[in-house]
Amino acid sequence: MSREIIISPVTRIEGHAKITIHLDEEGMVKDARFHVTDFRGFEKFCEGRPFYEMPGITSRICGICPVSHLLASAKACDDLLAVKIPRTAELLRRLMHMGQIIQSHALSFFYLSSPDFLLGLDSEPSKRNILGLAEKYPEIAKQGVWLRKFGQSIIETLSGRRIHSSDWIVPGGVKTPLSKEGVDKILADVPKAIEIALNSIELFNKNMENFKNEMRDFGDFQTYYMSLVTKDGGLEHYDGNIRILSPEGKVVADQLDPSKYFEYIGEAVEDWSYMKFPYLKNVGYPDGAYRVGPLARLNNASHCGTEMADNLLKEFKKLGKNGVVQNTFMYHYARLIEIVFCIEKVKELLQDPEILSTEVQAKASLNKREGVGVIEAPRGTLFHHYKVDEQGRITWVNLIIATVNNNIAFNKAVAQVAKKYVNGKKLNEGMLNKVEAVVRALDPCLSCATHAIGRMPVRIQLYDHNGSLIDEIARG
Amino acid sequence: MAEVWEASKMIELTIDGKKVTAKEGDTILKVARENNIYIPALCYLEGVSSFGGCRVCLVEIKGSPRVFASCVTPVAEGMEIITNSERLKRYRKWAVELLLSERPHVCSVCVANGSCELQQLATDLGVDHLRVEREWTNYELDLTHERFAYDPNRCILCTRCIRICDEIEGVHTIDLMLRGKNSKVIFDLNDKWGFAESCTSCGKCSAVCPVGALYVKGKPHSESKRKELASFVTSRRSEKTIG
Repeated sequence: MSREIIISPVTRIEGHAKITIHLDEEGMVKDARFHVTDFRGFEKFCEGRPFYEMPGITSRICGICPVSHLLASAKACDDLLAVKIPRTAELLRRLMHMGQIIQSHALSFFYLSSPDFLLGLDSEPSKRNILGLAEKYPEIAKQGVWLRKFGQSIIETLSGRRIHSSDWIVPGGVKTPLSKEGVDKILADVPKAIEIALNSIELFNKNMENFKNEMRDFGDFQTYYMSLVTKDGGLEHYDGNIRILSPEGKVVADQLDPSKYFEYIGEAVEDWSYMKFPYLKNVGYPDGAYRVGPLARLNNASHCGTEMADNLLKEFKKLGKNGVVQNTFMYHYARLIEIVFCIEKVKELLQDPEILSTEVQAKASLNKREGVGVIEAPRGTLFHHYKVDEQGRITWVNLIIATVNNNIAFNKAVAQVAKKYVNGKKLNEGMLNKVEAVVRALDPCLSCATHAIGRMPVRIQLYDHNGSLIDEIARG
Repeated sequence: MAEVWEASKMIELTIDGKKVTAKEGDTILKVARENNIYIPALCYLEGVSSFGGCRVCLVEIKGSPRVFASCVTPVAEGMEIITNSERLKRYRKWAVELLLSERPHVCSVCVANGSCELQQLATDLGVDHLRVEREWTNYELDLTHERFAYDPNRCILCTRCIRICDEIEGVHTIDLMLRGKNSKVIFDLNDKWGFAESCTSCGKCSAVCPVGALYVKGKPHSESKRKELASFVTSRRSEKTIG
């Protein structure tokens, strides 16, 4: 008799999800699905609002990476105004973006995922969290907290607030310039931040040995990769054009205009999840699955453009065939390399002579009826696309959130790990945690992805081949 | 013929136990404020007529079971006024809660966030949730004016804009249509603001809006010079009225 196992809710992720594992008559795993169960409706209720409220409204999609939504939204609004923002405004926006990626990646690695690496995937679930980590490895936990604080303090120095700086990033630029004290304050913390980031890479490398099996089985499958790159193919987070890499490591499309995303990305819908399934139109659904985020960015980028990150990138590329690292577990490694890159970039931005200029906002009124803003959020490429009427009231919104781009990959990864580690005849905690851990590696932000109200927990349910529920484990 | 100048008659009364002297004919709210006694108010605007609509400035007068809107109740000899009883606090809290529940007030994305009189009152009165169900109105925004915007979803119908437009700017572009909670601030004969011929674009209405319903486009309330403008306009007017 075939059955279904449901993991609900999935823990230590941002948002609310469940996983269902479908068993065949022998009790072996046939398939697994990652369901996102919240619905929020931002695209609908933004209709009728003035376009200039969009950065403020959409940044409330997420409390972890509000800066990403702010930036993508402000860029879409810049497009509506048809302005080119002052160079200093761009530098300051980039600076805030770097701060945001540092804090978000630090959160993902230290708070959510490192309990798995350092305490073990089969360790006692009640201790397998940041508090358990602080008890056993207080130094590492402290470093993680400090690094996240460093990222957030950049955001705070620029805007006066750590979260939801929506009155600072505005259509046309930013609200206030950066002060000399602000520059000095951030620069003073850079050496310590670099040291912590390099330590965490060392820690990861040391622990990779213990996770050889997981590394092999953790979502090691082939997909396309998509990310923004600079004009010369380097790592880019704020601007640039889209590059798509084939699973074999060939650049199949380069320097695509991100504002024409709808020409090459389609969005499929399944009735069992509130998260859509984007795919590459040229390849079709579901074979056109692609991944975004740190792994995709490093696979796509030919270079980083900063010294330490460039060296790390060279090492990283050696881990995969043709320089393409397919293993989902390596998202963690890519995240750590990006932290190093962002800290180096923070330093570079702060040393730019124009960073202190007071020309930070271009003023204009509505000049276009349609605007697109695209950035690389910590979790991947983020699209905001608005249409407005003649008064500037929103008539249509489409958001493709970083996490959503990975949706097909989530399902593939979950199925692969479930097939390897779950035995329908005897369920145990460690088994289920492995399935969750692969989800954590992709670092989903489901509150963003569904633009939904986030609650943390996960659930696993077990169904037979007729679809009736047999067993269920809930946590969180 | 020379005008006969008549001195106002002065009277005595107590507010919260404090003996005060006042000019006959002045309102309780005015006398209290002159004597540094704080009575919260929302629709009241110095320098223009009052109509006692918001019920936030309620006070008790000894000897009467009723409560009175202090912005429209004149003082009288020997009056004993209480401005801050438990009953008044309770009533004021209800008044603010009902105002908040009439339209979808979403502070986090509002231009008035941080400098909104309704938000401040709600904070002062300890309104941390609503005891009645909220109306999620979806009125169409009017962004047709070149400089100003009107969002009826944030309007609390205090009519400050109507009074200042009529009594100070003297054009009466703004008025109210329909009744009760469905009332709506309109321009001219319910035209779009940008096409309202009588509007002089003076900006007084947005300067006195206590919430984020009327505002200067692209500027949060905290950044526009609304407070300065509002107090300048209304204090000049009060001087004239008194003189």
